[in-house]
Amino acid sequence: MCPSCPISSLRAAIERAAAHDTIYLAAGRYFEHDLLIRKPLTIIGPREAIIDGQNKGGVFQVSADSFTLKGIAIRNVSFSELEENSAITLLRCTHYHLEDLHIDSVYFGILVENSDSGVVRNCVIRSSTSGTDEATMGNGIHLWKCENALIADNYVTGMRDGIYFEFVQHSTIERNVSKGNLRYGLHFMFSNHDVYRNNRFENNGAGVAVMFSRNIEMYGNTFIHNWGNNAYGLLLKEIYDGVIQHNHFIRNTVAVQNEGSVRIRYEENDFYFNGWAVNYMGGAYDNYFHHNNFVGNTFEVSYFGRPNNNRFEENYWSKYNGYDLNRDGLGDVPHYPVDLFTYLAHEVNESIILLRSLFVTLLSFAEKVAPVLTPDDIYDPTPLMNLWHWSDSTTSTSALAH
Amino acid sequence: MALVRFHHIHKRFGPLEVLRGISVDILEGQRTAILGPNGSGKTTLIKTLLGMVIPDRGEVLFKGQSVIGKYLYRQEMVYMPQIAIFPHNLTVKELIALVPRLRRQPAHPDPLIERFEVHHFLEKRMNELSGGMKQKVNLVLAFMFDVPLLILDEPTNGLDPIATIELKKLMEEETHKGKTIIFSSHLMEFVQHMAQRIVFLLEGHIYFEGTIEALLHSTETASVEAAVAQLMKQSHAQTQPA
Amino acid sequence: MNRIAAYVIRDLLRSRWTIAYLLFYLIVGYAVLFLSGDISRSLVTFLQIVLILTPLIGSIFGVMYYYTSRDFMELLLAQPMPRRSIFLGQWMGVGVSLGFSLLVGLGIPFLTYGALYEADKGPFILLLALGVALGFIFTGIALITGLITDNRIKGFGASLMIWLLLAVIYDGIFLILLMQFRDYPLEKFALIATLLNPIDLSRVILLLQLDISALLGYTGAVFQQFLGTQTGVLVAAGMLTLWLLLPAALIRRLARKRDF
Repeated sequence: MCPSCPISSLRAAIERAAAHDTIYLAAGRYFEHDLLIRKPLTIIGPREAIIDGQNKGGVFQVSADSFTLKGIAIRNVSFSELEENSAITLLRCTHYHLEDLHIDSVYFGILVENSDSGVVRNCVIRSSTSGTDEATMGNGIHLWKCENALIADNYVTGMRDGIYFEFVQHSTIERNVSKGNLRYGLHFMFSNHDVYRNNRFENNGAGVAVMFSRNIEMYGNTFIHNWGNNAYGLLLKEIYDGVIQHNHFIRNTVAVQNEGSVRIRYEENDFYFNGWAVNYMGGAYDNYFHHNNFVGNTFEVSYFGRPNNNRFEENYWSKYNGYDLNRDGLGDVPHYPVDLFTYLAHEVNESIILLRSLFVTLLSFAEKVAPVLTPDDIYDPTPLMNLWHWSDSTTSTSALAH
Repeated sequence: MALVRFHHIHKRFGPLEVLRGISVDILEGQRTAILGPNGSGKTTLIKTLLGMVIPDRGEVLFKGQSVIGKYLYRQEMVYMPQIAIFPHNLTVKELIALVPRLRRQPAHPDPLIERFEVHHFLEKRMNELSGGMKQKVNLVLAFMFDVPLLILDEPTNGLDPIATIELKKLMEEETHKGKTIIFSSHLMEFVQHMAQRIVFLLEGHIYFEGTIEALLHSTETASVEAAVAQLMKQSHAQTQPA
Repeated sequence: MNRIAAYVIRDLLRSRWTIAYLLFYLIVGYAVLFLSGDISRSLVTFLQIVLILTPLIGSIFGVMYYYTSRDFMELLLAQPMPRRSIFLGQWMGVGVSLGFSLLVGLGIPFLTYGALYEADKGPFILLLALGVALGFIFTGIALITGLITDNRIKGFGASLMIWLLLAVIYDGIFLILLMQFRDYPLEKFALIATLLNPIDLSRVILLLQLDISALLGYTGAVFQQFLGTQTGVLVAAGMLTLWLLLPAALIRRLARKRDF
């Protein structure tokens, strides 16, 4: 069908189609909104096939099995106080497949609820009307009560949260780029047994938040320049049993912010030039750091209280100035990553105003000479003398380049 | 006529009372030597005239005007300090050019440069000069201005005999031009030759003030040296009666 | 005053100390830029160097110059010029030549690198301006200690003590007070304590211009809000001006009363 074909309205085409039919859209502009789909359908078109919602509501509202939407562009879905208007809403769908979509100027991008087994791949979602008010902005890819979803190779920018998971199980998020979103690049809530890998989270308001979830695996992601007051690369809040491996944390105000995290393994991650590399706000038990690189961070680890079996072993710390007499590559004296100023800044927030002052510099120096003042509950007994080189096999740089 | 009048000058440095009510006139056109043992207050008295020391009490009048807190009157006098240490980095030539700029007054250094043979080291830096050379530069700096009052603190320090003779001649020439000279020296022979009037200070008081002739007469001696010794003996007898 | 200042500047620009100071900045400037290769990150390093060195060198150099030129100053005092001109001129002269060393010493590396990297020049210019101001403030304080005592060791010691007090001890006491009163709201106290110390004030003004300000968090936001307003800028500028006027007034007062 096309704008000048006998069937020029997509709504009419959907009504006429039988289950499992395929609708082909030619290039052109289609003015449609609130299209209800209740049967298995495939809709395919080129990028030049543009469905314009004219800011009158949502565009697709699907409740069907095996719904496939590919290639087309959708734009102009505006904010509504009553409904979560989105370019595509999937309700109680199974085996959905959304691919190669260009979604622009929308309130919500893709909203998936109570659905199972689906794919969202290679979509671009952006909001050109970049807002500053969280309340009037929606999320790029929003999943609620779903299972077995694959979110891959998407590019999301200018939304509230780039990707949002709530009550989502056994799903995978990979090779996405989430950049310049107002709040979080990725936001997990109450979602267990999920994996996200090789994503890039850049310049988002506050980075990635993983909250109230269990068994989350995070591999090969890049958290870069989430910089600002109260911004962080990764926020872990009430998290149990996770793996964080092969991630790059570069120039974030706080690379990993912990507000309650238990049994998290940090293996072979790079923490480069962050304000705080790892900041604990309490409730941390049995976290294990092994073979991570900490380079050029203003504060390496901010942790206070009893050690609670949180352990650091064989990490590389650029602030370490010990020695290695037996040349086994491991420093002969432990490294204490929590320095005195870290402690002071943690105890009284206002004292951070003395950052880069001569007094604090002298204090740090005095501390190195006579480390009696250093909080010594947390330490790496075997710090590496050189950077740890890990093979980046699970991380490919094929994340979308837009 | 009094060019300078010190009037009841008192000055105390901490516990030390250096000047205890000094009143004396310096007569115009005369060469007046201010004498006294070390610590008698000679330099301090001179410095009250220059405004470098501010008296606790009393007045210093120059041409009948109080000098305290003022500075323009200093256009009419030059001061040759006892130990002149100049900025190290300057050459002699630069220094001689600098002082007239600071004073905003014309200067005639050339005849003096010739006379004291300063042209041999005009291009040298001040820190490369010997004590005698520095003193010669000091003399050029003092005498190159055409001002009515010259104040010379130990002008003969470090000078060779030839330069000393030149200095004496120069001082006489200046007096012939009607200028007033105040100087101090520990060389009594120099004082006897050059002074017309003597002010003798002792422990903050004026012990004698008058012409050389009056000094010799009152002490019944033949030389200034002997007269000064006599004055000091007298004072000793007074302070320790027994 | 200008005559004296011009003379002092000419004298100092030929001094090997001025040249050494300039070369130091030149070498450090190139070294830091070369090693970091990144202007915005090297700015934090420059900030720390400038905030330590300009007050310290101002203190040392100011008092050193005062004592070594003491005799020459006496010669000047006998000339027909007011005392305040001599000492304010000396202050100006030392301040300008130290400022010159800083501007040229760091300016050249920055300009040559700045041409390569399109960096924001605002914070750098602000850094140089604050560095020059701090140099003036501490040279003035050094001159005052010189005017107060003829004892070189005491004068030198006092000048260094004042530097130590404002550069280090002040912040130590500041930190102890913050710890002691941690249960009270402290933003206002932190703001006032920072405003009162010219080194701290300069540091915070500069930090707020840089990326690193994000680390200041909530506290930084309070400062940003204050210094971001017109009143805040005026108060900060006013405090620095006050720190410049204070030595000027004291120098005038001491020069008027003192004996030489």
